Amino acid sequence: MAKLGHEWILRLGDDALVLAQRLSEWCSHGPALEEDIALSNIALDLLGQARALLTLAGEREGQGRDEDALAYFRTDREFSNALLVEVPNGHFGDTIVRQMLFDQFALLRYEALAGQSAEPEVAAIAAKAVKEVRYHAAHSAQWVVRLGDGTDESHNKVQESLNVLWPYTQELFEDDAVSQACAAAGVLPLNASYHARWKEQVLAILEEATLNCPETSALLTGGREGKHTEHLSYLLAEMQVLQRTYPGAKW
Amino acid sequence: MVTERVARVQRVLEQVMDPELPFLTVTELGMIRGCSELEDGTIEILLTPTYSGCPATDAIQEDIEAALSPMETRFKIRVVHAPTWTTDWISDAAREKMRQNGIAPPEGSSADKAFLLGKAQEVPCPRCNGKDTKLVSPFGSTACKAHYQCNACAEPFDHFKCF
Repeated sequence: MAKLGHEWILRLGDDALVLAQRLSEWCSHGPALEEDIALSNIALDLLGQARALLTLAGEREGQGRDEDALAYFRTDREFSNALLVEVPNGHFGDTIVRQMLFDQFALLRYEALAGQSAEPEVAAIAAKAVKEVRYHAAHSAQWVVRLGDGTDESHNKVQESLNVLWPYTQELFEDDAVSQACAAAGVLPLNASYHARWKEQVLAILEEATLNCPETSALLTGGREGKHTEHLSYLLAEMQVLQRTYPGAKW
Repeated sequence: MVTERVARVQRVLEQVMDPELPFLTVTELGMIRGCSELEDGTIEILLTPTYSGCPATDAIQEDIEAALSPMETRFKIRVVHAPTWTTDWISDAAREKMRQNGIAPPEGSSADKAFLLGKAQEVPCPRCNGKDTKLVSPFGSTACKAHYQCNACAEPFDHFKCF
C-alpha cells in the first residue's frame, strides 16, 4: 500500500514540539516545586514524541531532513501546529486549561492511531504516547477541577482562561485534504468524528470544576496551513536562535 | 539463533547500568528487546526507550557503545518503539533492588489504571514498609517516577510508576 505523505505526521509532531517548548518555559518558574517538575516532565514527554514524529516525517519526506532540520530550520509559515498550542502560557490557570483542552484531544487522536495497522511505525509511537498522555490528562483535569471549584478568585481566573482559549479548540476538529487522505487510508478517523467524544469529556470535567462552557461562535483557525498568530514567531525565534546562529552546533 | 558472538554481546549488555538507576542494568529494566547477528555479521541490538522523552536513552546508547568497543565486533544499536515498553517487564529481583535503594517499585500490573481513574494506589514506604503513604506529585525526579511521602516515618520517596 502506498504510504501517505509526510504532512500529517508533521502536524502531530508540530503540535507536540510547540507545546513542549511552551511548557518548558515554566521550568524554574512554576508556582510550586512539584508543579515546576510536573510541567517540565510533561514537556519532556511531548518533546520525545515530537522527536520520533519529526524523524519519521523527515524520512517520509525523502529530502534528507532530520528532526533537527525540521525543528530548527523551518519558518513560522512552515509549521503546521494548531494555534491552541502556541498561545502564550499566561498564568498557571491559563496553562493548565490549555493543557486540559489539548490533552483530551491528543488522547483521542493517539488512541485512534495506536489501534490502526495501516501505519505501523506511527502506531508504535502513538501506543507509547497514549500511556504518557493519560498521565498528562489526569493531571490537567485534576487541576482544572481544583482551580475551578476552588476559591472565588481561582474560579474566576480559570473561567476567564477558558473563555479566551475556547475559540481555539474548533480548529482541532477541522478537516482538509490531508486529514481526509488519512481517513480514506484508514489511518485516522476524520478530526470531526471525535469532536462529540471530546466535548463530552471536557464538559464532564468543566461540570465538576463548576465552570461554564463558553457560548461562542468565534473561531480561530489557520495553523494547519501555516497561518499562525505572531506568538509562534517569537517562540521559534527563541527555540531556533542557537542553531540559526551556529548551524549544526553540538554539545 | 544465539551464536557465540551474540552470547558474548549479551553478557556485556548485562553489565550496562541504567544511568538514573545505577543499581539496575538496562537488561533488568527490559530495555534490550533483542540481540542478533545480521547476514553481514553485524550484531544488531534493539533498544526501546522507557518514556518517549527519556534523556537517558542517548546516554544508554553511549554506554553500550563504550562497553562493547573493546570487543572489536561490528555492532549497531537500533531504537525500536514497538512493542511499547512496560514496567511489567521489570523482574521481581529488580523490583526488590529498587526497594533496597529507597525507590518504591511499580506495584502490580500496568493493566491496573487505578491512578488514572482517580483512585489512590497503595504504595508501601520503601524505608519502613508502612502502607500509610501519600502521593505528593504524580511527576517525580524523572519521567518514570512519582513523588510520595510516608505518613508514618515521614520519608519522602520516589515511586517507579506502573506504566
